[in-house]
Amino acid sequence: MAEKTVGKPIKRTEDPRLIQGLAHYVDDIRLPDTLHAMFVRSIYAHARIKSIDVTAALKLPGVVAVYTGKDTQKIGAVPCGAAIPDMKIPDHRVLATNKVYWVGHPVAVVVAENKFAARDGVDLVQVDYEELPVVLDEEKAADPKSPVIHEQFGTNIAYKLTAGEGDIEAALKSADKVIKQKILNKRLAPIAMEPRGVLARYYPGEQELTLWTSTQIPHLARTQIAIMLGMPENKLRLIAPEVGGGFGSKLNVYAEEAVLGWISMQTGRPVKWIETRRENLQATIHGRGQVGYVEIGCKKDGTLTGLRYNVFADMGSYFQLLTPAIPTLTGLMLSGCYKIPAIQINVTATFTNKMSTDAYRGAGRPEATYVVERAADLVAAELGMDPIEVRRRNFPAPDEFPFKTATGLFYDSGNYQAALDKAMKIADYAKLREEQKKARKEGRLMGIGVSTYVEICALGPSAAMPAGGWESATVRIEPTGKVTILTGASPHGQGEETAFAQIAADELGVGVNDSTVIHGDTAVVQYGIGTFGSRALVVGGTAVYMAIQKLKEKAGKIAAHLLQCEHTVFVDGKFCEAAGKAKGASVPEPVVPVGQAPAAALPEPKPGGKTITLQEIALAAHLAKNLPPDMEPGLSATSFYEPKNFTFPFGTHIAVVEIDRETGEIDFQRYVAVDDCGKQINPMLVHGQVHGGICQSFGQALYEEVVYDENGQLVTGTLMDYALPRASMLPHFELDSTETPSPVNPLGAKGVGEAGTIGATPAVVAAIVDALSIYGVRHIDMPIKPETVWQILRKHSAA
Amino acid sequence: MKKTISITVNGVTHQSEIEPRLLLVQYLRDVLSLTGTHVGCETSLCGACTVMVDGQAVKSCTVLAAQADGSTVTTIEGLAQGGELHPVQSGFWEHHGLQCGYCTPGMIMAAAQILQRNPDPTDEEIRHGLEGNLCRCTGYQNIVQAVQCAAKKMKSKSVATGR
Repeated sequence: MAEKTVGKPIKRTEDPRLIQGLAHYVDDIRLPDTLHAMFVRSIYAHARIKSIDVTAALKLPGVVAVYTGKDTQKIGAVPCGAAIPDMKIPDHRVLATNKVYWVGHPVAVVVAENKFAARDGVDLVQVDYEELPVVLDEEKAADPKSPVIHEQFGTNIAYKLTAGEGDIEAALKSADKVIKQKILNKRLAPIAMEPRGVLARYYPGEQELTLWTSTQIPHLARTQIAIMLGMPENKLRLIAPEVGGGFGSKLNVYAEEAVLGWISMQTGRPVKWIETRRENLQATIHGRGQVGYVEIGCKKDGTLTGLRYNVFADMGSYFQLLTPAIPTLTGLMLSGCYKIPAIQINVTATFTNKMSTDAYRGAGRPEATYVVERAADLVAAELGMDPIEVRRRNFPAPDEFPFKTATGLFYDSGNYQAALDKAMKIADYAKLREEQKKARKEGRLMGIGVSTYVEICALGPSAAMPAGGWESATVRIEPTGKVTILTGASPHGQGEETAFAQIAADELGVGVNDSTVIHGDTAVVQYGIGTFGSRALVVGGTAVYMAIQKLKEKAGKIAAHLLQCEHTVFVDGKFCEAAGKAKGASVPEPVVPVGQAPAAALPEPKPGGKTITLQEIALAAHLAKNLPPDMEPGLSATSFYEPKNFTFPFGTHIAVVEIDRETGEIDFQRYVAVDDCGKQINPMLVHGQVHGGICQSFGQALYEEVVYDENGQLVTGTLMDYALPRASMLPHFELDSTETPSPVNPLGAKGVGEAGTIGATPAVVAAIVDALSIYGVRHIDMPIKPETVWQILRKHSAA
Repeated sequence: MKKTISITVNGVTHQSEIEPRLLLVQYLRDVLSLTGTHVGCETSLCGACTVMVDGQAVKSCTVLAAQADGSTVTTIEGLAQGGELHPVQSGFWEHHGLQCGYCTPGMIMAAAQILQRNPDPTDEEIRHGLEGNLCRCTGYQNIVQAVQCAAKKMKSKSVATGR
């Protein structure tokens, strides 16, 4: 019996090319005669363009063309896929026309024979600006007295939205206590290690354009860019080659992608643009950006009665693909792990003179979890209760799932108590509190922070998604028995080639290396949605699984025909003559969770009966000499899998810190994470996602912040200024898990790509706040730097 | 005014005419088509461009090709010997020390240097040694494990060969 691979931490099939430097990211793809493009970008946050003089740039040897907003007027607007009632939609031209709206706004593009001439050409383009007053604070932007940046609207308010269920006024009135807190969730930069890049090649004869671009959504981007360029969608081929990280920043359609395609069409030559890190910080989307006010009502015993969150959401100056939708995701998750009968979010989304915000790992849900977890801790502090007791008191029980929230969601499955108990056991929570008592007597500042989180992912049911939430897979068995999997889920580090090969291996009885997984090329792969929202394994993997079931059904019929028996059963890569009577087809009912026994008993192979291998069937299917009557040759199946619900991974993180009184430095003694993402296809990949997510949480909590100065100049414009965590800045993470299968899909899996980033931030902040709680500190805004802590200590030691 | 340089890269000596301003990373990627060495920033911060020059791990974005005239350079493509992966490469593979792979070549080169200088590092020493290499995907924990795994492999190899 071949060993199953699902559930095992097997090595990745992706790695050999990556560890030898043999993979091809966009800048590694070389075409002869390629021109190089560089963008001239605004140096002001808000200004009118009075004139642009390109004559000096055009004279520079090597410069072939310089284009401005006048030249690119016919290119369609940079698209926004989200629709909110009555939202104001600025017309987003690919290059600025009359005004610039943020530092980094592209104004012109220089095209040259080599990148050095292009770069020198940029410096020679003369733009005459008339500076205008800048709008930078998302809350102040809503003030009617504020300067208005999109004059045609007469306001900076992009939209207002109220959502949530239950009578929030009554809930807060009936509370014994209502705690209010202002909470900041500052702008972050996703900073994938590979900056963006585009290589465009237009063939004038065929009138076909190929775009290689570092993207998470090849098919969606192809459709949108074809519309922008006014060309038939089926004449645009978009290829995501190896993609060096995304984190949501490449879940988008950017001006540069359309412009590069357009330039290639103008010049008839290939043209390439590779983003500098400075451009990446200026003009790739930012994440988060909320100024919020939470009110949480509770009874004396810690029962939560209601939660209201009034938030100013910073859109930036324009909408990118999902910009306005992000705060609505915050609203959806304001129940957290708790039974809160009344919830309300009031969003005021505003335009500011900064880069657009959009989805960044968690996309609105880290904001929600942060608010809810801080609120739970504030309740605990107010009532003098252990923060864990407040949480337990408000958890739904495992048999209360699907659990309906006052935000309109049905959480699929969950056992918050089990994850919490496990984390407490691993951390030895009771002992930690004892140690803390002792430490406090000794004057040491020890803190313990707990986060119990749940998040919404594996996006998602198409009715709730802007462009469809299904995912596609075509699985073929070639004549020689090798398996080819075409997936619409386009990876950027997740390891889906391995995970999908594991599913195929277990379902088809082939080796993990017998499958090849192809993705990213719209000319090869059927339409797909892409990889974001922790969906690749759950939605993409389920599509692979479903396609394989269709294949097995056909193969079973061919087997029965070739073995001349009525029914067959598939065991270990072989179809075997079935013993006794078996109903219907030779495969179990499709929706059997991977790793579980099917509901009905499977037929048994007949002892000594005839068998035929899957490989023999594959060959027979292609030679087509002896197939069942009316059966088409070939062995290929496609599934477009539509998920019936989102999935809701959850967990408990516990952080333990000690703060240095002299310097305010925060030392992490322990970090424990127990996460539940349902059935784990490859635990090693799961851990990798959680590690990476927790690291980004540490980044937000302690180090990272996009900073614009009072003139709208981007201060954090390089990695010297934007503080990405380094290896020496993080503690060791102790990981464990519980496994509560999701009933939503046959894999039983919930996504996990963003869970770490959602669950960890509140635990980190809570630990620091707990350490300083002896001084009455109940909340500190992120990033919490040693200087901030030191100021607090100074204030309280002076008192 | 072009300059002629002679560099031995991964065992092959090249004579090239280059602009004095050409960075070593640009020479490797654009002149020699060795695109395994990556560019992740322009301020010498990220370490994705790390290669060995005369046995020292350097950020090739901050070295001019002309400075490497007469030197011996090893890039990620030259690390495996005789079809066999370097222990650091195998360690990364075994312990999932990479996800998107973009920082990986530089990370592996830096890790190899750490182990050359300190065959038995603590986790803290590894984390400190990798301060010049940024990773956004892994959270570094599996990278540290990968390096520890490589250290063990290299120690047992040297015990076996008596070196």
